Amino acid sequence: MRFGIVVFPGSNCDHDAFYATRHNAESESIMLWHKDTSIPKGTDCIILPGGFSYGDYLRCGAIARVSPIMTAVTQHAKRGGYVLGICNGFQILTESGLLPGALLRNSSLNFICKDIYVRAENSVSPFTNRLEQGQILRVPIAHGEGNYFADEDTLNMLEQQGRVAFKYCDVNGNTNLDSNPNGSARNIAGILNEQGNILGMMPHPERCCDVQIGNADGLAVFQSLISAAEVLI
Amino acid sequence: MIILMNIHYNVKKVFSFRIDDNMSISPQDLHQPLFSEVEVTVETAKELGLTTTEYESICKVLDRIPTYTELGIYSVMWSEHCSYKNSILQLKTLPRSGGRMLVDAGEENAGLIDIGNGYAIAFKIESHNHPSAVEPFQGAATGVGGILRDIFTMGARPIAALNSLRFGELSNDRTKYLLKGVVHGISHYGNCFGVPTVGGEVYFDNCYTDNPLVNAMAVGIVKVGETCSATADGKGNTVMIMGSSTGRDGIHGASLLASREFDEKTEDMRPTVQVGDPFAEKLLLEATLELIQSGCVTGMQDMGAAGICCSTSEMSAKGKSGMTINLDYVPLREQDMSAYEIMLSESQERMLVIIEKGKESIAERICAKWDVPIKAIGNVEDDGIIRVFRHGKKVVELPAQSLVLGGEAPVYVREQKKPDYLHTVNQLPEITIDPSQHKDILLGLLKQTTITGKSWIFEQYDSQVRTNTVSIKGDAAILRIKEIDGFGIALTTDCNSRYVYVNPYKGAMISVAEAARNVACVGAEPVAITNCLNFGNPYDPEVFWQFAEAIRGMGDACRALGTPVTGGNVSFHNESQRHAIFPTPTIGMLGLIPDISKTVGAGFTESHAIICLLGKQVGGLEASETLKMLTGSIAGDAPYFNLDEEIRLQKAIIRLIREGMILSAHDCSEGGLATAICESAIASEIGASLQLPCEENADNLFGEAQGRIIISVSKDRVELCQQIADEMNVPCVPIGLTGGNDIHFESCTLSIKEAKEAFTHTLQNIMS
Repeated sequence: MRFGIVVFPGSNCDHDAFYATRHNAESESIMLWHKDTSIPKGTDCIILPGGFSYGDYLRCGAIARVSPIMTAVTQHAKRGGYVLGICNGFQILTESGLLPGALLRNSSLNFICKDIYVRAENSVSPFTNRLEQGQILRVPIAHGEGNYFADEDTLNMLEQQGRVAFKYCDVNGNTNLDSNPNGSARNIAGILNEQGNILGMMPHPERCCDVQIGNADGLAVFQSLISAAEVLI
Repeated sequence: MIILMNIHYNVKKVFSFRIDDNMSISPQDLHQPLFSEVEVTVETAKELGLTTTEYESICKVLDRIPTYTELGIYSVMWSEHCSYKNSILQLKTLPRSGGRMLVDAGEENAGLIDIGNGYAIAFKIESHNHPSAVEPFQGAATGVGGILRDIFTMGARPIAALNSLRFGELSNDRTKYLLKGVVHGISHYGNCFGVPTVGGEVYFDNCYTDNPLVNAMAVGIVKVGETCSATADGKGNTVMIMGSSTGRDGIHGASLLASREFDEKTEDMRPTVQVGDPFAEKLLLEATLELIQSGCVTGMQDMGAAGICCSTSEMSAKGKSGMTINLDYVPLREQDMSAYEIMLSESQERMLVIIEKGKESIAERICAKWDVPIKAIGNVEDDGIIRVFRHGKKVVELPAQSLVLGGEAPVYVREQKKPDYLHTVNQLPEITIDPSQHKDILLGLLKQTTITGKSWIFEQYDSQVRTNTVSIKGDAAILRIKEIDGFGIALTTDCNSRYVYVNPYKGAMISVAEAARNVACVGAEPVAITNCLNFGNPYDPEVFWQFAEAIRGMGDACRALGTPVTGGNVSFHNESQRHAIFPTPTIGMLGLIPDISKTVGAGFTESHAIICLLGKQVGGLEASETLKMLTGSIAGDAPYFNLDEEIRLQKAIIRLIREGMILSAHDCSEGGLATAICESAIASEIGASLQLPCEENADNLFGEAQGRIIISVSKDRVELCQQIADEMNVPCVPIGLTGGNDIHFESCTLSIKEAKEAFTHTLQNIMS
């Protein structure tokens, strides 16, 4: 299993994704430069990490969408390769049209960084196969624009097709207004594309892969990908 | 800013100017006469903030009248902000070397502490008070940007940021605006840059209404021997400017804005506040670290206060070299900027780099990768002179040594006088508190803005990026150091300025001791401090007495605790409406944790554990939050404090934690013992039943005597724990049990629910 982590100039969770995949999930991991136009052969999963890709002074991810590497990322996805967009990576995926919907300013209008709970809504995707349906994970969020928005039809479709991967919930798994940190429609924290090979999520699984910093709940996402890739081989 | 309006002299004419490929300026040009854009008189000097005497010394040093640009350079370089002219005699009395320090205080852009295994921690705290008062968002943002640059200029990668903030009372709408702006500014800059903001403190007192304090601290890691020095040496080496282009922002930030009190004209100073771009800083960080790694850099200094003139003169003075600079090569935002404006601009996200001759293309290639502009603007010389050219005219020719501390920059012995206010303030008012009031007082304390939970603030900061943050919930932040297996550091900032106000000597000692105690409470050994000294007008003898006394206290505490001063910053002129702020010597403390698995937090961890008080119980409401809440006054002496007891206490707590004896530790600070217990209970929603070994009166419950830590211990360890404390000559007395849904004292009972409500929602309710 080889992860390729895209480094945009303003990425700041690239090191974290590298450490989580290489040291915590013990798999191969390489860095990809935003000015590159191709992805090295043998890269199974591309991670679009958190951060502020090109400063995000325009809409988050709006500039990254047209960066050279994104053409290659899109081709990789079309070939069925895995793409995991975390936080800013999720924003880039919606801006690129690889995932539906958009991420608006948090309803509080403030940046929020804290541990929240998410409930796994899907236990069969390449990103969630190591999770039980309904399993609750403690995962940090850190964003100013994570308020997921899509029209009603899209939201219905996502739910019907099992494409909602994670929902914000409380410690007991209740998804309600109180457990929704940013105003996201239907408490949505992460979604899959139709083929199931692209996941975008606002919470940071790479930040909770290590008991040394008090939480390894996120490791399951990377382990799921490793399992999925093994099956493919 | 009248002066700036007057200097739009004719610059359109293009002068012939001979430059060869190496950018050196021909001998004819070197010796051409100096050109002054504006005729300089003593009046001009005064408008730039220099005194008549200072102007006369400049003329004497130069043996001529300075040019207008030169005068501008002196005005910033001889300002307190750059020269420490009023504070250096006091600062020199602090312990500024020794221990684990790899560079002496003030030698480089930040302090450098050896943490073993070939690594060092660079750290420093700096104020950005005046800009934040005028423009809170940009003021705070650029404060964070400036201190981060100090860290990575040395070749260290920033791994943490902290901040220490002071505001007026939140009943004031402008204070809310300032708090919101400052927090947004810090959050905007730090989050985007990608450094976790892991700690800090916020106090609210009326004296900060017009003059809030924004002290930003940054911490970085670097391999020993791979740091970069702020020196210019090697004649012929190329002086390059990298990063953002230079604009008209921030001109005279250091000399005029930071070096005067607030008055009705302060609003007009808004244009002297810089504008920050954290994305540009992120690129500058990556390019800078890669440049230093590549080996083409011989020296580097960031451009913050006083911009190009400060970096060129300090680097030249340090390297005993000199420079020839051609300002026509500096990338500008507005082409018609004068030499004066370019030299003094405080545009952010810029570095001055000395590149070894012949290796310019390496630097250019690295910068191109990160899309960071870099441009050669001159050469290093060896005659100690800084010569600056603009449009073919020589506008500056100054000995570098004449500009800096340790050279010709003035050093003043300021008059001191014990302040009159102490006679009245040191009288503790008589108040009688009936035990029936205890519950209301305790709930009130949990809602006091200084004590209440600050999640509205710190949740706006990314505290976890870089995945080193082990905990931000204890008395100090704990970070792991990935580079050293199992190793960690603890960080905190501290200063209760009310104690310093009522007793500057003792109050400053307490600041150091409390900072050390906080890192000790998570199991770290305190090793060094950085300080940010926020005071009023140093020309006021009473203010200067506060300053001198505080430095004396800080020095004594630092020597006793073995935590030398690695550097920091002095911010004078923090006054408004003719009142000085409380003297606020903020301490940033670094602690080391050899085994990251051996730490504790502040919250109780389990029911049926024994709560003990470690340290001596002393009552008294001197200068306490309770006194302020009930009477509105800050009065009495500073609370009880004994340096010897403190040292023993800290050694004991570190040992208890490292030997795995205790479950939690939280020191008693604002709001006293009762508040500390509530905080430990609220953190984990585990209640407590208390039975104090002393009379349960307000003095004992809410007094703020120093040197006390609330610990919880599992039953089977209590005896051993007491034995160890006994051995170390520290009192350790059981005072209660954890468990249940209430915090139960003999005189009052609070449910966890009501305590938590008061503690967690107050600030949010005020701010939304």
